Amino acid sequence: MAGIRLLVGTRKGAFVLTSDGKRDQWHVSGPHFAGWEIYHLKGSPADPNRLYASQSSGWFGQMIQRSDDGGATWEPVGNEFAYLGIPGTHQWYDGTPHPWKFARVWHLEPSPADPDTVYAGVEDAALFRSADGGKTWEELAGLRGHTTGSSWQPGAGGLCLHTILIDPSHPQRMFVAISAAGAFRSDDSGKTWQPINRGLRSEGIPDPEAEVGHCVHRIAMHPSRPNVLFMQKHWDVMRSDDSGSSWHEVSGNLPSDFGFPIDVHAHEPETIYVIPIKSDSEHFPPDGKLRVYRSRTGGNEWEALTNGLPQRDCYVNVLRDAMAVDSLDSCGIYFGTTGGQVYASSDAGDSWAPIVRDLPAVLSVEAQTLP
Amino acid sequence: MIRVMLPAHLRTLARINGPVELQVEGPASLRSVLDALEARYPVLRGTIRAHDTLQRRPFVRFFACKEDLSHKPPDAPLPDAVASGVEPLLIVGAMAGG
Repeated sequence: MAGIRLLVGTRKGAFVLTSDGKRDQWHVSGPHFAGWEIYHLKGSPADPNRLYASQSSGWFGQMIQRSDDGGATWEPVGNEFAYLGIPGTHQWYDGTPHPWKFARVWHLEPSPADPDTVYAGVEDAALFRSADGGKTWEELAGLRGHTTGSSWQPGAGGLCLHTILIDPSHPQRMFVAISAAGAFRSDDSGKTWQPINRGLRSEGIPDPEAEVGHCVHRIAMHPSRPNVLFMQKHWDVMRSDDSGSSWHEVSGNLPSDFGFPIDVHAHEPETIYVIPIKSDSEHFPPDGKLRVYRSRTGGNEWEALTNGLPQRDCYVNVLRDAMAVDSLDSCGIYFGTTGGQVYASSDAGDSWAPIVRDLPAVLSVEAQTLP
Repeated sequence: MIRVMLPAHLRTLARINGPVELQVEGPASLRSVLDALEARYPVLRGTIRAHDTLQRRPFVRFFACKEDLSHKPPDAPLPDAVASGVEPLLIVGAMAGG
């Protein structure tokens, strides 16, 4: 019988939640790497038992952990992320040049085809690749070396590369997103990059329609339609039908168009999910009601999904990497909160129940559908 | 033989129970002890000092014989009591944070 494995990264360790295909009873394993920040864990599509985890600490720096048995045991692998050549500078918050400095790995994206190849999105924003299972890392420096690179500026959370999408039908095509530089596309396996931010409008920057400088929070695609991208920006939910070459807004009737995660139903490429959050500084759900919003029309028309979610006095946040879908027949949706809850829906969002309520603040959730 | 005490997180990472005993070639200094420590436990590279500069990470301190040695030059000799193994070199993670 098929099963689900959820990989949950938190401020104080990693947790692995497993269930059979019914998704009503869950086993919780962890904390793994107790006391360390686990920004992200992800499994290889080519070998689901090969997992990678980003483990970091303000005291002891960055580690990458690898598992070959689905998270039962882990092995530390390479932790040296050296920028290629002379790193140069990007813009600091006050507009002055600031040397690029590695801080942590935000996101790990294993190759769809090769379990030993994995990409890492890091802060200060850069893309690294390992072809030996995480033992060694090499920067794909064409991204940071883009002519706009020296003008990139951090968002409040740092200058982080947090999203990596690989086109499953054309693996040489990749998309990344950086806060607060924007979205970028490569058509040559990451050697060269172009900004893809036309149509974005951000009032918080001097030129609201600038080529770069947009605080993109997350982008998502359905593997069957890699030319269609969805974006949750700092404000605005956006859609592109031409691989990011142009974007248009699809926020529609959302109660707030601010938020962090965005994801796509596993079997319905026009069904998308966001979790509206109040901003600028509050970063909690509007009216204290935790609501997932679903659009079955690829945006613009949204319905609130509330069944089983707290509808009063709820003031948690849901971070950009903390929502995932499974690929069972009735698509499962999962998200984790900064209050330590992980919520699951086994009916595409119609109803929800917490799997766990009291984890440390959740940074990331990934779902693996196991045979 | 030089004894080194590591903070709990690094002992877990390197799968070490208790103090580490290291044989150091030449005069015992912070640099030679850390070189020997990282040679025996490569997983600790980058956790105590930076990969590229070998500078101490900001929230790591080196204590021994009731003194803070963190700001000593890396090649300065360690106290005789540490070099002879009477006293351990303590590698400490600053007590801070949430």
